Amino acid sequence: MARRASAARTAAITVVAWIAGFIIFFPILWMVLTSFKTELEAFSMPPKFLLFKWTMENYAAVQERSDYLAHVWNSIAIAFGSVLVSMLIAIPAAWAMAFAPTERTRGTLLWMLSTKMMPPVGVLVPIYLIYRDFGLLDTRFGLIALLCLADLPIVIWMLYTYFKEIPIGILEASRMDGLGPLREVVFVLAPIALPGIASTILLNVILAWNEAFWTLNLTTSKAAPLTAFIASYSSPEGLFWAKLSAASTLAIAPILVLGWLSQRQLVRGLTFGAVK
Amino acid sequence: MATQHTRTLGRILVAPSVALLFLWMIVPLAMTIYFSTLRYQLLNPGTERFVGAENYIYFLSDPAFITSLSNTLRLVGSVLTITVVIGVLLALLLDQFFIGRSLVRLMVIAPFFVMPTVSALVWKNLLMHPVSGVFAWVATSLGFRPIDWFAQLPMLSVILIVSWQWLPFATLILLTALQSLDNDQKEAAEMDGTGPFAFFFYIVLSHLARPITVVVLIQTIFLLAVFAEIFVTTGGGPGLATTNLAFLIYSQALLQYDVGGASAGGIVAVVLANIVAIFLVRLIGKNLE
Repeated sequence: MARRASAARTAAITVVAWIAGFIIFFPILWMVLTSFKTELEAFSMPPKFLLFKWTMENYAAVQERSDYLAHVWNSIAIAFGSVLVSMLIAIPAAWAMAFAPTERTRGTLLWMLSTKMMPPVGVLVPIYLIYRDFGLLDTRFGLIALLCLADLPIVIWMLYTYFKEIPIGILEASRMDGLGPLREVVFVLAPIALPGIASTILLNVILAWNEAFWTLNLTTSKAAPLTAFIASYSSPEGLFWAKLSAASTLAIAPILVLGWLSQRQLVRGLTFGAVK
Repeated sequence: MATQHTRTLGRILVAPSVALLFLWMIVPLAMTIYFSTLRYQLLNPGTERFVGAENYIYFLSDPAFITSLSNTLRLVGSVLTITVVIGVLLALLLDQFFIGRSLVRLMVIAPFFVMPTVSALVWKNLLMHPVSGVFAWVATSLGFRPIDWFAQLPMLSVILIVSWQWLPFATLILLTALQSLDNDQKEAAEMDGTGPFAFFFYIVLSHLARPITVVVLIQTIFLLAVFAEIFVTTGGGPGLATTNLAFLIYSQALLQYDVGGASAGGIVAVVLANIVAIFLVRLIGKNLE
């Protein structure tokens, strides 16, 4: 009986699921479509879904309106810079905690996590004043340093959970085979640890790319990444919907692709192992 | 196996992270506490003086604080309700077999990767604009009068945008949890002739209780700090209608240059977030062997 019902059931679920997916995805789809319209058609009522004159002019205009590529570069430098620096600090720590845990490891890990839960507004004033006094406002270096610290707890946690899964027996086996510590790291550990390290980098680059509290408060123009640059479209100096859409599409496209690739790690990284 | 040698090495390897996080957490926090006891106007440097608890009394008795606190709670509560309820339904849906499942899954999780300033501006202009937005067109086509979202229902507008951003997170985590629901358990329930509703309430919901708690706690931490969405759409207005605690502190610090008052507000926000954080850390700690 279950078999006969299943074809109709699958068809019904397929329809419902596609409608739900379409509704949720619609704002992004609409933004992408709008980016290919002329400014006039972007406003037109009723809205045109596919039958409009497709144009690339907005993508060219985005660069002319302001130095778009400079903001792209800021985003890349800040997102990758902060994550790579925090990896350098985090890998040894996560490594030690996973392979040579002490009675204090659990407490240290939980304490690190709790620093991530401090609301940024709680330290906005001192950070702003420190940055002002040291000339770090609106600098890429300032944001890289800050986001590196803000990322650190999640980075350590993710790495720890990955390293924890490496079977310790493999180390003993390689020692029996007479491998020295350096060769042990290069030939045995690195290949096993690399996928975890890569996933950690991926998820944290996504989070840093989209970070929009510190980037909005600590940059004005020179070091402004895409989050802050897009925010400049909120000013009422005339509405440029098509250009806003083009700038936004370019800003989210690469990270959306990375995000799609990293959905599994997302759950793992953001729930700190509490959901498996 | 942990010899004295490896212990020392371990400490050396962990030390930089601990030291940096300690500095990152303690120094600014201590400064915030210190500033919160001063009368300190950014525009009049050199006139700082100790005023004790005055900033706290002023901040906590300010009607704007009560308004922003209630806005914060409304925002957090509404987004949590929307994302968890729809998230459970979506997770159940995506857990079924259907054609194009992985594609639909990609569409559903996509909003999570859109930067907050983009989602806020796309919603505000392209969708919610009272004349040229898609919502206005849908309303007119159905014979209703279009809503001027940000003028008539500013808080609801912000709630919708933030819910859209966080729905994928709830869905994805609940879906992951659902997929670990034992197939044996499902089959056993089927053999016992458990109806779909009983199955949902007794088996699925009890299995999801824990992941739902995780989703609620983690989202609360982030939702208490919602800022960019308000910054680019309403600027906290009209009036104080969409000013949450984070935005109030920001405007006190960087728009009114009242360092003392903003610091007192910052400490209030830290205390609030910590109430949630205690539960979350305890829950995660339990899972850590």
